[in-house]
Amino acid sequence: MALLLPSAEPVRYLTDTGTPVTDPPAYPVPDLDLLVTAYRKMVVGRRFDTQATALTKQGRLAVYPSSHGQEACQVGAVLAVGAGDWLFPTYRESVALVTRGVDPVEVLSLLRGDAHCGYDPRAHHVAPQCTPLATQTLHATGLAYAERRKGSGAIALAFIGDGATSEGDFHEALNFAAVFRAPVVFLVQNNRYAISVPLERQSAAPSLAAKGIGYGVPAEQVDGNDPVAVLAVLTAAVAHARSGAGPFLVEAHTYRMDAHTNADDATRYRAAAEVDEWRRRDPVARLEAYLRGRGALTDADASEIAAEAEEYAAALRARMNADPDLTPTDLFDHVYAEPTPQLREQRATLLAELVEAP
Amino acid sequence: MAPTTMAQALNTALRDALHEDDRVLVFGEDVGALGGVFRITDGLTDKFGDERCFDTPLAEAGIVGFAVGLAMGGFRPVVEMQFDAFAYPAFEQIASHVAKLRNRTRGRLSLPLVIRIPYAGGIGGVEHHCDSSEAYYAHTPGLKVATPATVADAYSMLREAIADPDPVVFLEPKKLYWSKSDVDLPLRTEPFGRAAVRREGRDATVVAYGPAVPVALAAADAAAGEGWDLEVVDLRTIVPFDDETVTASVRRTGRCVVVQEAPGFAGVGAEVAARVQERCFHSLHAPVLRVSGFDVPYPPPMLEHHHLPGVDRVLDALDRLQRDDEPDPRFLAVGGPA
Ligand SMILES: Cc1ncc(C[n+]2csc(CCOP(=O)(O)OP(=O)(O)O)c2C)c(N)n1
Repeated sequence: MALLLPSAEPVRYLTDTGTPVTDPPAYPVPDLDLLVTAYRKMVVGRRFDTQATALTKQGRLAVYPSSHGQEACQVGAVLAVGAGDWLFPTYRESVALVTRGVDPVEVLSLLRGDAHCGYDPRAHHVAPQCTPLATQTLHATGLAYAERRKGSGAIALAFIGDGATSEGDFHEALNFAAVFRAPVVFLVQNNRYAISVPLERQSAAPSLAAKGIGYGVPAEQVDGNDPVAVLAVLTAAVAHARSGAGPFLVEAHTYRMDAHTNADDATRYRAAAEVDEWRRRDPVARLEAYLRGRGALTDADASEIAAEAEEYAAALRARMNADPDLTPTDLFDHVYAEPTPQLREQRATLLAELVEAP
Repeated sequence: MAPTTMAQALNTALRDALHEDDRVLVFGEDVGALGGVFRITDGLTDKFGDERCFDTPLAEAGIVGFAVGLAMGGFRPVVEMQFDAFAYPAFEQIASHVAKLRNRTRGRLSLPLVIRIPYAGGIGGVEHHCDSSEAYYAHTPGLKVATPATVADAYSMLREAIADPDPVVFLEPKKLYWSKSDVDLPLRTEPFGRAAVRREGRDATVVAYGPAVPVALAAADAAAGEGWDLEVVDLRTIVPFDDETVTASVRRTGRCVVVQEAPGFAGVGAEVAARVQERCFHSLHAPVLRVSGFDVPYPPPMLEHHHLPGVDRVLDALDRLQRDDEPDPRFLAVGGPA
């Protein structure tokens, strides 16, 4: 029973300002090299995120759900799993995907609107970014179970938001994962709002991590803006899943600094003071302060990383300013392995239309 | 008269219904402080309090199932599904319970509830935000399926849906939310089950509903230049279906094209074509044609204009209607052109 109970308070290693807490938790502290890598990925990830937001203003992206503020969770998740492990992201996980090494233009295809999924899921072990909420948690569970059956040793990590934990699919996924001992880690990024609906209206549970108990899924809650804690807890969760002990649920307490998407008006439902309070817990600044305190990051390192992020953004900007190559008949090419007679007919109709009015 | 958008008309309809009947409750995702992602419920919580218009946990099956119980308990829930494809988690509740409760209880229980769904495309939405799901609902006996195409109908039909003793799936064409018209609300238009002739004509009947109605009207304008005098019939409710208006029109014009945004295969247009053929066979000078979206999953925004049936595709169908003595090879080729 004790095993199933998440800690009463979120696990944290760093104070809001990035100094080490006096009484560190029991999870092993990730090594400094990994934390420096995490810092680098978070800085690049944030720059990617602000660039993507800017692209919405230029009309280059139809919509963008920002991850600003959630970099510790997204980068931490990717660094905690291996390249052979699968990620099941939602629309918000762009920073996780660029951290995984997916081409940023391919990450943005869904949101730019040229393809539903721009990258090859098998090449990256990343499922398509999922829009219908919580549905991907079941897919992650099934895939994790498949990997277990094959004895591959790979696990799956499913991302989900606080709001989506109310969907039936999430509960079915926890249950299936526990019953089939599927090696899957569920990472709830509790950013406190589902569009406009605050956590209090979403769940009356003492924590979202507490939802594991009823299904027999061990869980932990962690300060999602503390990159050291996120990495420590996720590393343990992944080890648990990989060991054959079944699923693990992690609730990361974090905050999205921007609106739900660029199309949303967050001032309708949350106060500026609340946003400011979270700004003081900024995950990038906290890790930077910690690394500098440990002597693991110099001014020169920081400016080199900042320059790398600028270059990344500039390259992305240049590529996104070109119009994507679109082939209208793509509409018909991947509905079935072999197009039906009707689809062949419709393809011909479209081709004829394109000739008449190109 | 001031111009009113369809979104404002729907908001006013909810406002008036909440005001007139204490049993009416509005709930769903983000319908409270935010006023809904399309602002259809804007200001309702402020005006009526959060016991009349409220946010729920994020769970569509939960929302609809909860509404079933509330309706059994004497309330008249009006729920919002945020987007078409996000109603699918609730499909079990809708198909198995909402549609069947009256029948299962031999009329002892009824479900006066409304499920509002912003549907269809043309707004550049990412995947799962643009499905035309009307056929699923229309194929499910026990549901009424309504879809307004004008501002006046949006108001009137939503009021009627809320007052209806049976469950209504109320499909709101999102690309028409910002369409405007000069109307004084409140007002009442034709009742459920009555189609509207939006334009009278002699040469052919174009049957459309929801987001396809403006396309049909624009096609009629364009076709006028080519000598076609088109009649445009707006179904308004798919269930109940107005055989009378459609039949009378086609008997007069002798030709019929059905326009819908949804994929054509096994869609509502197929039903319309079959009914017209059954009732008007001896008046028809040409086969009944369908103009629809392709039979593909709704495309990414940058390709959606190739999918959506526009004026040109309707005009193309008109060309084919003329050739009644020389059948289009596309209808004869088994398997069609490669
Ligand atoms: C089944 C389903 N219902 C509704 C939506 C519309 N929707 C998109 S995002 C969102 C809020 C999700 O909040 P949360 O799970 O907390 O994740 P976050 O966006 O905050 O990361 C809603 C309601 C959806 N995508 N899928």
